[in-house]
Amino acid sequence: MFRTALRNVLAHKARLLMTVLAVMLGVAFVSGTLVFTNTISDAYQKSSAKGFDRVDVAVRPEYQDSEGDKVGTTPRLTRALLDKAAKVPGAASATGVVTGFTALADKDGKLVGGDWQSAGGNYWGTEDPRYPLVSGHAPRGSHEVAIDSATAQRAGYRVGDTVRLSVDGPVLTPTVSGIFTTDDGNVAAGGSLTLFDTATAQSLFGKKGTYDEIDVQAAPGTGQAALKAELDKALPAKLVDTTTGRQLADDQAEAISSSMSGLKQGLLVFAGIALFVGTFIIANTFTMLVAQRTRELALLRAVGASRRQVTRSVLLEAFAVGAVAGVAGLAAGVGIGAGLRSLLGSFGASVPDGPLVISPGTVVTALAVGILITMLAAWLPGRRAAKIPPVAAMSSVHAQATAKSLVLRNTLGSLFAAAGVATVLAGTRMDADTGQGVMGIGAVLLIIGVFILTPLLSRPLIAAAAPVLRAFGVSGKLARQNSVRNPRRTAATASALMIGLTLITGMTVMAGSLQQSIDKMASSAIRADYVVSMANRGPLSPEVEKKLAAADGVTASSPLRNGESRIDGGTQYLTGVDGAAIGKLTDLKVTDGSFTVGGTRVVVDEDRAEQHGWKAGSRFTAHFEDGKAARLTVAGVYEGNDMLNGIILDNKVLTPHLTDPADMQVMVKTAAGASDAVKDRLEKTLGTNPAIKVQDKQDISNEIAQMFTLMLNMVYGLLGMAVIVAVLGVINTLAMSVFERAQEIGMLRAIGLDRRSVKRMVRLESLVISLFGGVLGIGLGVFFGWAAGELLGTKMPTYELVLPWGRMAVFLLLAGVVGVLAALWPARRAARLNMLTAIKAE
Amino acid sequence: MTTTPTAGRTTAVAARATELSKIYGQGETRVVALDRVSVDFRTAEFTAIMGPSGSGKSTLMHCVAGLDTFSSGSVRIGDTELGSLKDKQLTKLRRDKIGFIFQAFNLLPTLTALENITLPMDIAGRKPDKAWLDRVIEMVGLSGRLGHRPSQLSGGQQQRVAVARALASRPEIIFGDEPTGNLDSRSGAEVLGFLRNSVRELGQTVVMVTHDPVAAAYADRVIFLADGRIVDEMYGPTADSVLDTMKQFDAKGRTS
Repeated sequence: MFRTALRNVLAHKARLLMTVLAVMLGVAFVSGTLVFTNTISDAYQKSSAKGFDRVDVAVRPEYQDSEGDKVGTTPRLTRALLDKAAKVPGAASATGVVTGFTALADKDGKLVGGDWQSAGGNYWGTEDPRYPLVSGHAPRGSHEVAIDSATAQRAGYRVGDTVRLSVDGPVLTPTVSGIFTTDDGNVAAGGSLTLFDTATAQSLFGKKGTYDEIDVQAAPGTGQAALKAELDKALPAKLVDTTTGRQLADDQAEAISSSMSGLKQGLLVFAGIALFVGTFIIANTFTMLVAQRTRELALLRAVGASRRQVTRSVLLEAFAVGAVAGVAGLAAGVGIGAGLRSLLGSFGASVPDGPLVISPGTVVTALAVGILITMLAAWLPGRRAAKIPPVAAMSSVHAQATAKSLVLRNTLGSLFAAAGVATVLAGTRMDADTGQGVMGIGAVLLIIGVFILTPLLSRPLIAAAAPVLRAFGVSGKLARQNSVRNPRRTAATASALMIGLTLITGMTVMAGSLQQSIDKMASSAIRADYVVSMANRGPLSPEVEKKLAAADGVTASSPLRNGESRIDGGTQYLTGVDGAAIGKLTDLKVTDGSFTVGGTRVVVDEDRAEQHGWKAGSRFTAHFEDGKAARLTVAGVYEGNDMLNGIILDNKVLTPHLTDPADMQVMVKTAAGASDAVKDRLEKTLGTNPAIKVQDKQDISNEIAQMFTLMLNMVYGLLGMAVIVAVLGVINTLAMSVFERAQEIGMLRAIGLDRRSVKRMVRLESLVISLFGGVLGIGLGVFFGWAAGELLGTKMPTYELVLPWGRMAVFLLLAGVVGVLAALWPARRAARLNMLTAIKAE
Repeated sequence: MTTTPTAGRTTAVAARATELSKIYGQGETRVVALDRVSVDFRTAEFTAIMGPSGSGKSTLMHCVAGLDTFSSGSVRIGDTELGSLKDKQLTKLRRDKIGFIFQAFNLLPTLTALENITLPMDIAGRKPDKAWLDRVIEMVGLSGRLGHRPSQLSGGQQQRVAVARALASRPEIIFGDEPTGNLDSRSGAEVLGFLRNSVRELGQTVVMVTHDPVAAAYADRVIFLADGRIVDEMYGPTADSVLDTMKQFDAKGRTS
């Protein structure tokens, strides 16, 4: 039996090509993902482990939870604590670590490290072993900094250059005193690191006289655990937490691999989709191979092969195909993994160096996936092969699917689809959390239903295209009839394309609707012309607001200052604003009382009001960070949004209680309104600071749009693989059709259909199948997008379905292009068919 | 050995092959399928081409019908010289001037009988001549089955559809490749009868390749091929006379 199977595979090499390719692509996606994530994760782990080489025990402050009316605090690690730590038995030395955001500008004024990877810190003493200097000397005083060598190289800075940087708003222009190398993971990943002397760092990061962490180095002969025990004894256990360097490295490795496994799982989902699409092609191919060999298989049965042997021979063929595809896919996957890494490098996101990791797990997974998927998809055709009666060996008619099985199929499909639609609809009425799961189940049911129903749907939908096809004369007519001739095959081919387009359309509908609703939420409540914030959304120095308020043409401005309080034994976040100006800067919908902020009068959002049972006129006591309390009055209740929510009170009340006031944003209204000139002036006022964003409403909208575009493009890219596999499926189906209809095509050529018309006939068939898949996919996608939106809408009042007609048209066009491209090769083959051999009987 | 057009018959020539040769391969594997064959097919005449397997009878038909290329010589259909035509022009010629009937019927299973009959005109984008179409359909006796698909028709009925398809576009000449090869004798006789009637009543020109002496007896004239050459010709054949001639070739073939 094995030999028969192998012979069959070899005999049908060309016809199995697309199947192998399809499986291969899916396997390549899987193994590429595994190779890539393993490699990156391995490299990061090695590089971050190096970063902990010089830390034997890290002492960190232990957060003191909020309790009763007391706001939670982080204890400060003082110099005294550091000295104490340095003197415990077994300690060689102790280093105080201070870190914070530091935006460094290159010579063109742009951020070197990006919004999120611009870090700053302290250089300990005159020779910090963490940061070996390659040139210059350690930073001294507030006018010197040291920068890492990678950043220096990228920005073209040398010792002695003056650089522009900003920590929390004001622009500083220190001199580069030294350039150092570092194992810092952030730098390895393409970020920048700027070091100040310790005192300067402490004052810039608002941590005067204190440290974020104390790293203690052990004396020779003392182990990490022993040192940790000593430190635990010497230091106040309630205020600090000690961790050994090894533990830190392990934690870091754990964190990296868990963040990588998120990425891995995300990618594998898309790989799974591509593989799933591939199963349709496998099933199609094996169905055809079995149908073509009906007589041969019947003969095997007639000479005594059992049903099981026939099935097994088909499965053996699938095994061979899957194994070949698995090996090829693994090889391609290793290539993809290596390619992705260098691709990341070329985007500027440098990844730590490390060897390509091809684990045995990857190899086994790739082969198993390739073989199992293929065998699974070939199982049904295999069973069908076993059902061929031995007598079929005598007749020339291929076993046709009976009408009964289509009736059964349609009934089953209708049941699934109806259950799916009902479940999804039920899901839209539930609350977001439960609805999500229900909707997911409904979506799966509906998709399965549609899969089963596609043969039935193909007739009316393709018939709808008849008037258009008629314009192409006899080619169009024949194409239409050919495309419904084998409804199952057409359906499977179209379904493969449908999956990708359903997901793409659904994502697009959801993203578009979400984007608009967030956009609306962000901009409708703002009356200010500009919103000023840090590039990393970090805290702004109160000085920024002062400067803006004093700028020419600014009529009103207010910071949004953060505060924390305890009210009724629970934590509440406060937003401090300029009570006199806030009314001119925001346009929040007031549902009760009035929007008045001043003195002890505050406004609260609806959620808070409901939580505490407040309404206009209610009074409550807030306990601030410094332990003092104030009695406040609710002047009004407003509808909150992402940007403004919670309790809004006057800064005159809040600020005195804050040890380290910092603003999240500053809202600015100008006499002239938003314009490039005004924006320019505001930016100049702030010293043209790369770390600060001055955004008008349009900029905010654009930023939101950009975020969504980026996300969508990534999803498109990942789903692209599924579409490519689907294209292979269309090619496969057409090639099969051309092969099976060789005699017909030969006759048509003989009685006068020219090559162009033959090509057109195949191309139109391809177009019809592709557009059928496209229409189904886009339709389902819109439905899912709508349903998911209904669910989201319960959480977002501004949510509104936005149908991206333009995009949908593009997707349909894409389906058409897929059809035309897929037909290129089969159409050529059809046109070149040798008429004489084709028209001969048999 | 070649035959010259027989004197006494002055009717126009629908197709003519002159010094037609078809050679496959080169050197050792060189096979001469047609060896300088010259033959005329006159308008409104029913010609049968006979010969043993490998005699070149199918090749001759394929070359004259513009289905296959030839190595040297010339072929004319009406006034058109085929040798100089490109594929596109050849296709157009087949579409407009030639009708085909195949052994395996070669109908499109997705089209109804009527649609199959009008297919050549559909391809050409022409409206069929209604009166003519009705006459053809009536002649082949398919009036009641026009809406049926090939799978719902018997072999004989399918071949009648194929005959109607060949006749419907009023081609200058119809070529049949063993048109009764897949039919039982009764259905075969019917089909041959239609072909003969189309020649007699409609003035159609028909050329048919066959190895069946009974089928050949329906023709006005039989051409015998052997080893790529025309070796004999017979007018007003009967099954017996054809069979006799064939037996001679067989004997010759075996001894030579």
